[in-house]
Amino acid sequence: MSRALVVLDPGPLTTVQDLGRRGWAHLGVPRSGVLDAPAARYANRLVGNPDDAAVLETTLGGVDLEVTAAMSLAVTGAHAVVCVDGRERAFGEPVTVRAGQRVVVGPARSGLRSYVAVAGGVDVPAVLGSRSTDTLSGLGPRPLAAGSRLPVGPRPGEPQGVDVPAVRRHDPAVLLRLTAGPRHDWYTDDALATLGGAAYTVSADSNRIGLRLHGARLARRSGDELPSEGIVLGAVQVPASGEPLVFLNDHPTTGGYPVVGVVAPEDLPLCAQLRPGDEVRFRV
Amino acid sequence: MRFLPVGADALLVEVDDTAAATALYDEALRRHVAAVDVVPAARTVLFAGVHDVAALEREVAGWSVTPRPAAGRRTVEVPTVYDGPDLEAVARLWDMSTREVVDTHTSCAMVVAFCGFAPGFAYCTGLPEERAAPRLESPRTRVPAGSVGLAGAFTGVYPTASPGGWQLVGHTDLLLWDDTRDEPATLTPGTPVRFVEVSR
Repeated sequence: MSRALVVLDPGPLTTVQDLGRRGWAHLGVPRSGVLDAPAARYANRLVGNPDDAAVLETTLGGVDLEVTAAMSLAVTGAHAVVCVDGRERAFGEPVTVRAGQRVVVGPARSGLRSYVAVAGGVDVPAVLGSRSTDTLSGLGPRPLAAGSRLPVGPRPGEPQGVDVPAVRRHDPAVLLRLTAGPRHDWYTDDALATLGGAAYTVSADSNRIGLRLHGARLARRSGDELPSEGIVLGAVQVPASGEPLVFLNDHPTTGGYPVVGVVAPEDLPLCAQLRPGDEVRFRV
Repeated sequence: MRFLPVGADALLVEVDDTAAATALYDEALRRHVAAVDVVPAARTVLFAGVHDVAALEREVAGWSVTPRPAAGRRTVEVPTVYDGPDLEAVARLWDMSTREVVDTHTSCAMVVAFCGFAPGFAYCTGLPEERAAPRLESPRTRVPAGSVGLAGAFTGVYPTASPGGWQLVGHTDLLLWDDTRDEPATLTPGTPVRFVEVSR
């Protein structure tokens, strides 16, 4: 039987993700890709995959799969109970499963997104060089549905040494380092101080496009409209509501709300694991 | 040119107008600058995924960029049926007949200034500013693929069906996006464009 994963229950949202499609932003193509890159890289290394192999990214509720052939897999990211045919197995370690076995990744006990890597990688067709699902534009494979069958690539070499900590503890209060600009001058003088001094809570509307926040509003100097301009990953945009949002991997490539600052790339994996109600502060 | 900081590895360059942004983008392509993404927009070019931002800023500051005709680039003709649901509203706005709207639109030499909103959605410039059209107050929940719309002085064509707030003047059967092609978008930044009237 060919190597594949059959989806029994996709949970609230499970997608295929790799390192995304870079270099197409000039055509309006979002970068996409895993939100918690260190966790996904760790899962891939545990099963001997290259860093750019496609993995599954779950959202809060886990995923329920059947494997069609013997293979090794590993679950990282948001901590969850991993069961194979009803028996609990290790989280954050390679697990060997036999053909026909059922793998259940339980709901996240802390954090939000777990990563499931299988030896050989999820081998759906690449679109513009990436197997990632882009939830904004719809490029790439559709989000997993019950009955979806995902081909798995041939068994890779032996697992490499792993130099990443197994489990990063989820912190329900994080500090995001922010560089001001490019459009902080569109806001009132006290806006950066407001942003740096306030505690925001994560909104339930957050998704792969952006981490939406509730809390202190930032006021603009004038009602002028900014012509559309290019946006980067981690950009903090302030829409009409005045409440900031942090753009994540499926962000639009251009936008017309002024970007007050950009979150340090090293802090973005923290954003991937925040749950609604968690606390966010910025250090400007 | 104004240089604006964008995090650790990007640079936003602001220029006077859309023509200058298009010219700067062309220059960046010609010089193969070391950036993962070069994203033109209405009045800016974003360089993202840049190893040495300060060096890139010095390099760009030294360029002499002059808008020039899109030399050597083939004009893409967009065969358009002018039957859009907002054609009459645009005619009222421009204070002319729908026939004159079509003649105005088809007589315009346009160029793709930038893409955004959706893969392959091109913002074409060329209509004079006094022909600017406001976006719909309440966007349509579904605009069919191939719809030709106006917003501001831009003309855009929806590559796929999506929600949208542009005033629709017509539609085209031209394939605008195919991600199995080497160049997936038909209308890439800098491409000269002409809308050509066809009957339904």
